[in-house]
Amino acid sequence: MKISVVSGKGGTGKTFVAVNLAVTAQDAVYMDCDVEEPNGRLFLKPNVTRELPVHILVPHIDSVRCTGCRKCVSFCRFNALAMVKGKPILFPEICHSCGGCSLVCPVGAISERPLQVGAVQLGYVGSGKETRPSLRIVTGVLSIGKVSAVPVVKATLDAGAALSYDDAQADVASQMVSVIDCPPGSGCSVLESVAGSDFCLMVVEPTAFGFHNFRMIEQIPKQLGIPCAVVINKDGEPYAPLEAYCAEHSVPILARIPYREDLTVILSEGTLAVKADRELARLFEQLLRAIVDGGEA
Amino acid sequence: MTIAIPVDEGGKTVYVSFGRAPYFLFHDDGTGNTRVLANPAADAPGGAGVKAAQFVADAGADSLITFRCGQNAAQVFSASNVAIYRAEGASAEENLKALEAGRLPVLATFHTGFHGAV
Repeated sequence: MKISVVSGKGGTGKTFVAVNLAVTAQDAVYMDCDVEEPNGRLFLKPNVTRELPVHILVPHIDSVRCTGCRKCVSFCRFNALAMVKGKPILFPEICHSCGGCSLVCPVGAISERPLQVGAVQLGYVGSGKETRPSLRIVTGVLSIGKVSAVPVVKATLDAGAALSYDDAQADVASQMVSVIDCPPGSGCSVLESVAGSDFCLMVVEPTAFGFHNFRMIEQIPKQLGIPCAVVINKDGEPYAPLEAYCAEHSVPILARIPYREDLTVILSEGTLAVKADRELARLFEQLLRAIVDGGEA
Repeated sequence: MTIAIPVDEGGKTVYVSFGRAPYFLFHDDGTGNTRVLANPAADAPGGAGVKAAQFVADAGADSLITFRCGQNAAQVFSASNVAIYRAEGASAEENLKALEAGRLPVLATFHTGFHGAV
């Protein structure tokens, strides 16, 4: 079962919930799809065993063959190509790797070449002496200076899916929990991260700002037809509009993580809350059970 | 010489940005003719700067007067030898006069893009 963990804004507690949920599940795969700043590894401290480069294809134009006909420029819906004084100019960071330019070029001047935009790190939590490491970690890392996170998110999800099948029987794999730590916001890379999941957990702060961001993110699982629920983080005074909205729209609130100053200290030290605090260990166990039981029902 | 300016509806006021300006004003200082054409890149889902720069270069502009311009568009202008000047004040007409009098500074800094931000 793949559980995606989202939040409208950064700093709500996505990674906090995702890593503690993954550790609670034990036999699990944790995928960090927040590829611009993959922080899960700060808490999970995985032993990284492999790093796979992530490439996209970008056009390469043979300027000798190019006749300057502009068919590629007019074809490109993303305006990644320009033609000045009969010479093509390519903007690889705008390119979406559709390959259309190479298809429409009448003289075969355009070929596609790989460009590295990031990497996926595979690792596990444990001493390495176990016969089968229980928690596997997949971390997507976008290269510095690259702008499109989606190809790295896709590669991270693919690597995570492959991992959960490699080590297990097919029927075990379907039961195995995968936790997908999504990027913040509600953009393309968030959609990509949520789309393949079986359940979407939305982390929300009980504030006006938190509620506003929740309203934006909540559309994603709804439109994708993915069951979803809320976890309130930094809970204190109930925020009435959030409570009312969840009640009215039948969005279950599965857990309330209290706002506690000692938790922020635990967090800042890179410690897992479920290891350091019994109350939270219980809370995450109940949360995981509610998701897995609810998802199967 | 043809001078291009991104302009608002009405064609009199310099638009705040380049790539998504609704119109471009083209002024031929030889003939004194002024044309205002719709910017085909105004509603582009992405790469508006590149497309708008291609449009301005194709229209035969030698100079551009603008408040700001992105790096991608600047690269297209550099390849097409279009000089970029920094607009001063909102009036397109006053900016044309200022350029003629040699009073407009060359635009030297180019932003990396706003990506949907206003």
